[in-house]
Amino acid sequence: MLRGVSLSVRAGEAVALMGGNGSGKSTLVCTLLGLLPHRRGAINLFGSPLRDFRDWSRIGYVPQRSLAPLGGSKVKEVVAAGRLARRRPFRPLSPADRDAIENAVALVGLSDRLNADIAGLSGGQQQRVLVARALAGEPDLLVLDEPTSGVDLEHQRVLAEVLAGLLAAGTGVLVVLHEVGPLASLIDRAVVLSDGRVVYDGPLGDLGQHHRGVSGHHHDHAQQGDDNHDRRKDTLMGGAIEP
Amino acid sequence: MIEILSYPFMQRALIAALLTGLIAPAIGTYVVQRRLSLLGDGLGHVALAGVGLALLTGAAPIPIAVVTCVAGAVVVEILRQRGKATGDVGLAILFYGGLAAGVFLSGISGVGAGGLAQYLFGSLTTVTPSDLRLIAILAIVILVTTLGLAPQLYAVSTDEEFARTQGLRVRLYNIAVVSLAAVTVALAMRTVGLLLVSALMVVPVAAARNLVRGFTAGLWCAIGIGVATAVGGAAASFWVDAAPGAFIVLLAIGVFILSWPISYLLRRRYAAAVLPEPVDDDELVSPHTVTENHPHRHARGCGHPAVQHGDHTDFIHEGHRHAAHADHYDEH
Repeated sequence: MLRGVSLSVRAGEAVALMGGNGSGKSTLVCTLLGLLPHRRGAINLFGSPLRDFRDWSRIGYVPQRSLAPLGGSKVKEVVAAGRLARRRPFRPLSPADRDAIENAVALVGLSDRLNADIAGLSGGQQQRVLVARALAGEPDLLVLDEPTSGVDLEHQRVLAEVLAGLLAAGTGVLVVLHEVGPLASLIDRAVVLSDGRVVYDGPLGDLGQHHRGVSGHHHDHAQQGDDNHDRRKDTLMGGAIEP
Repeated sequence: MIEILSYPFMQRALIAALLTGLIAPAIGTYVVQRRLSLLGDGLGHVALAGVGLALLTGAAPIPIAVVTCVAGAVVVEILRQRGKATGDVGLAILFYGGLAAGVFLSGISGVGAGGLAQYLFGSLTTVTPSDLRLIAILAIVILVTTLGLAPQLYAVSTDEEFARTQGLRVRLYNIAVVSLAAVTVALAMRTVGLLLVSALMVVPVAAARNLVRGFTAGLWCAIGIGVATAVGGAAASFWVDAAPGAFIVLLAIGVFILSWPISYLLRRRYAAAVLPEPVDDDELVSPHTVTENHPHRHARGCGHPAVQHGDHTDFIHEGHRHAAHADHYDEH
C-alpha cells in the first residue's frame, strides 16, 4: 500500500528508487506503468494522464528477472517483443525493426547469442537480454526493476556502461535498486521508500546516514553537453499517490 | 493406400483431420505457453452441452458446439482476469456442468449417453460436406490469427506485464486465444473427438520443444507433427475399426516419446558448445548468492550438465550454475 508518494523523472535524469524489502518499490513502479491500479492520485507519462497515454514505444520496461515463461525462446525472439509498441498487427518485421533488435542486443554485448535459447544463458546474460528487449523500442524513458540483483559484478558494469550512454543521449532512467553498487556514479537522485512512504528524496551523496548499504558519490552531470539542456527539463514521468 | 481416397466420406474425413492437425497445435502453442494445458479438456466438456442441445433440436452439432464452447471459454477467461477462478472450483463447476448438461440433453432427446461416444473420440463416417465447409472456414480464421498475430500473442502469453507496457490490449488477446481454442475443440469433435482434442493441442507442442530451438521454430514444428499424426491416425482408423481419436493421440504421444532421446542428444551438444569454462579473474569476486531452497542433489550423471569451475564443479540448472557449498548450493 502506497501513501503520499510523489515521484518524477526528467529527460537525461537517473532516479534510483530504494528501500528495504516490502517497502513498495516494485509496487510503485508497477503503479506508475499502469500495471497495478491506484485509488487516488495522478500519474502522468510524457505529459498525458496514464489513462490516455498511448505512446508506449517511449517507455522501456525491464521487469524483475523471472524467465520461467520465456524459457524455450531465442534471444532475438525475446528482444523482438520490445518492438511491438512500434509494430502494427499482421505486419512482418521491417528492416528498421531488425536493425533496432540487433543494435539493442549488440549494446548489451550479446550479439553472438542472438539464436541461443535464453534458458541456457547465465543469470546476468538473461538480465541483459531483458534490458535489450526494453531498448529495442528505442525508448525515451527506461524503467528497470532491480536489474542488479543476483547478477555478478561484470554484468553490473556492462549495465552501468549501457545506462551511462543512454543518459548522455537524454534518456530518462528510473531504476529500482537494493544497493547502488556500480551504478552509484550515474544516479542523479535517490528516492527512498519505507513502508509505502517516501522517507528521502535527494542526491545520493547525502543519503549515507539514512540508508545502510549505500556507497558512492553524487556525480556532476552538468558537463554532459548543453545540446541536451532543453530536453532535460521535460518531465517524462510524474506520479503522485495521495495519502 | 490409394483406395481409401476413393471413398468420398474418407476424403472428407482426411481433409478434416488435416485441418485439425494444422489448427490444434497452432493455437495449442499459446495455450501451453500460458500454462493452460488442460483448458482444452475442460472446453471439450462444455462443447458436449452444445452437442446435447443439437441432438435435442435436430440441428447440426458442430455450429451449436462452437457457440457453446466459445461462450464457456470467454466466461472462464473473464473469471480468471477478475482473479475469481482461484482454486479452480469455478472452472470445475462450468466444465462438469457442461458434461452433465450434454448427457442430460442427449437423454431426453432419446439418443442416450451412448450416442455421445462418436463425439467424444471422433468418427470418420460422420463428416458431412457442410461440416467440412465450416471446419475449413474457421480453420482459416484460426491460422491467420495464430500465425499473423504470432508476435503479439507470443508476447502476451509469455510476459503479460511487459506486453502491457508495449501498449498491447492484453485482455483482448487473451480472450482471443481461449476463444480460438474453444473453436478448435468444437471443430475437432469429428476427427479426434472432444475428449482427446486437448492432447492434439498439447502433445505436438511438447514434442516440438524437444526437437527445435526457439518459439517460432517450435510453432511450425508442432504444426508439422500435428498434421502428420492427425492424417496418419485418421487413415489408420480406416483399416482398424476403432475411433480415429485414439490413433491420432497415440501417434502424437509416440512422437513425443521419440523426441526425448533426441532432445537429450541435442542438449548435450548445445551445452558443450555455448558454455565455455568460466574465466578466473581475481578482480571479479562473485557475491555469495545462496540458491533458494533446492531439494535436488547434484552429482555426476544427475541429469544436469557438469562444468569445471576453478577448483570445483558447477551444475547447470535451468540456466544457473549451482555449486555445492556446506549444506546448500551457491549461484555461480
